[in-house]
Amino acid sequence: MTLPMTPQPGALAGEHELVQLLSPDGTRRHDPRFPDDDVEREQVEGWYRDLVLTRRIDTEAFALQRHGELGLWPPALGQEAAQVGSGRALRPQDFAFPTYRDHGVAYCRGVDPTQLLGLFRGTELGSWDPQEHRYGLPQIIIGAQTLHATGYAMGLLLDGAVGHGDPERDAATIAYLGDGATSQGDVAESFVWAASYQAPVVFFCQNNQYAISVPLERQTRVPIAQRAAGFGFEGIRVDGNDVLACHAVTRAALQKARDGGGPTLIEAVTYRMGAHTTSDDPTRYRTADETEQWKAKDPIARVRAYLEAEGATPDFFASVEAEADQLGARLREACAQLPEPDLADLFSSVHTDLPPELAAQRDDAVAWQALDERGAA
Amino acid sequence: MTTQTMSLGGAINAGLRAAMERDDRVVLMGEDIGRLGGVFRVTDALQKDFGENRVMDTPLGESGIVGTAVGLVTRGYRPVVEIQFDGFVYPAYDQLVSQVAKLHFRSAGRIRVPLVVRIPFGGGIGAVEHHSESPEAQFVMTAGLKVVSCATPHDAYWMIQEAIESDDPVIFMEPKRRYWEKGEVDTSDPGVDLWSSVVRRRGSDATLIAYGPMVRTCLDAATTAADEGIELEVIDLRSLSPLDLGPVFESVRRTGRAVVVHEAQRTLGLGAELSARISEECFYSLEAPVQRVTGYDMPYPPSRVENEFLPSVDRILDAVDTAKEF
Repeated sequence: MTLPMTPQPGALAGEHELVQLLSPDGTRRHDPRFPDDDVEREQVEGWYRDLVLTRRIDTEAFALQRHGELGLWPPALGQEAAQVGSGRALRPQDFAFPTYRDHGVAYCRGVDPTQLLGLFRGTELGSWDPQEHRYGLPQIIIGAQTLHATGYAMGLLLDGAVGHGDPERDAATIAYLGDGATSQGDVAESFVWAASYQAPVVFFCQNNQYAISVPLERQTRVPIAQRAAGFGFEGIRVDGNDVLACHAVTRAALQKARDGGGPTLIEAVTYRMGAHTTSDDPTRYRTADETEQWKAKDPIARVRAYLEAEGATPDFFASVEAEADQLGARLREACAQLPEPDLADLFSSVHTDLPPELAAQRDDAVAWQALDERGAA
Repeated sequence: MTTQTMSLGGAINAGLRAAMERDDRVVLMGEDIGRLGGVFRVTDALQKDFGENRVMDTPLGESGIVGTAVGLVTRGYRPVVEIQFDGFVYPAYDQLVSQVAKLHFRSAGRIRVPLVVRIPFGGGIGAVEHHSESPEAQFVMTAGLKVVSCATPHDAYWMIQEAIESDDPVIFMEPKRRYWEKGEVDTSDPGVDLWSSVVRRRGSDATLIAYGPMVRTCLDAATTAADEGIELEVIDLRSLSPLDLGPVFESVRRTGRAVVVHEAQRTLGLGAELSARISEECFYSLEAPVQRVTGYDMPYPPSRVENEFLPSVDRILDAVDTAKEF
């Protein structure tokens, strides 16, 4: 007997019940649950710039990998609206715990895009101070960060940093995860903990339809957002390619968390237009037709269409393009200049001190370095 | 000098209380540690005295406990989490190995992880499966973790406080079968620091090396041997990672014979590392190969036969004889 097959890919990816505030053709609509009357053209222009720069970071890094400058790159192509919309909903005092693909969120948190490269060039494991940006280091173990976000949110509760009605003081956390992560035990445990303590955490799931090659339907029989109900909190499905909707929904969920209303699960329905990583070959597990269909829902094109209809000038688009070109050049230059790590230095960050046995091993490594240098000379 | 008589479990309780009074960022988390005071009552009355925000009864999930503790660390807290039994730590293994052990290294030292994971460990209490294990070597071989084990009430009182003060993550292995054994605790002076091994008994004929629950067994073996005119030195390692082997090497160079004793299974247990290190450092002083008295390489057996599995005074003395007759 063969195992029962799951439904065909796409069966859970329909657009029903999706919160959408900007249709693929660039038409704005409103949803009384997520008021966005305050969002004016200038703000959308800012997001357009964020989206374009995020895409440029991604395509530039992809090219750097193809030129052998990076060992690996996980493309975020197609997921820019989910990342920018949610990232721009955060306040400075909020804390975000990302995966390894959330380049657009990192950008929104003020991480310099050149700092995204070290992990993938192999020069560093973590390139920024998480406390400075209130943005964690990329998490490679799938789902592990959802517990860290929940624990941090519990700390916010212990600190009394929730529920004052003070926008400068009240804080929340956001945990980024993907559709594959929803099968991990850590994610289930984080849902339990968050619900039990009513922790101020938003779980932002970018459902990009595939966990490397395995389609969503192997992970779940119900829409991901529906899972939240079983844990006792709200789940929302949002068009993940709609930056306005992602922003509005995340803004509301974060505010609920800051007000003491507990966790929310947001399922941002999107699509990974590129490969899982530069080592992957998506033609083995999905059709060109499917990818073409999603291309028509591009997160940037719809914002451009909206802005053009609203009277944004060609100069505006040209200036964003020029800025993206500058950023691309800066990334290429910075990548080549990333300092090489020194193995001997790494011994001192295993612990906060250097125990004698480890010091002896460092001396060993230093002696080998000296020998190698002599050999090279 | 201020001494009090305490049980080992009571001494950990007193040490936790002292640490919590000193620093309000110290929070306790675990299953049943609040209202119940823990299944071994090690956290007895702490929730009553410090409140539910400082002593948290968590949902039942070890990965959740350790993973949320990592988040609390990021927020500036110093969590002390209890894993209810040794055999329940494995669901948290990924968070311990992939996150707790690596965060400081991953962040190039920017993130400190002052997290203590308390694990009652070892057998000899007639328990059911998964309640008598000795997984310490799995944490010792995990770079980035520190691992300690106390053997006396005095050490229990001080070592738990020093572990909490450490800015590195510490796996704190508690010898559960010794929880009820009493001893004098000098609450004014810790003596040696957390990372030092100590000589518990002086002797000239062979060196017994142990930690946690086996220190008492080795001291009993030394008492028995003394009746036969054999003087055994007993060293309590206390810190398993990093190891403080200076006193061990000094001792073995004098006695010429070393016997390592632990409850954990033999293959790649701590005895393997100790045997290698002693051979490297004391090769010309050794009169015999380093002996190992350990649990057998089987899963922990049904409790009716655990006394055959666990190192006993007789097995230790037999290993001493083997070393002497080599």
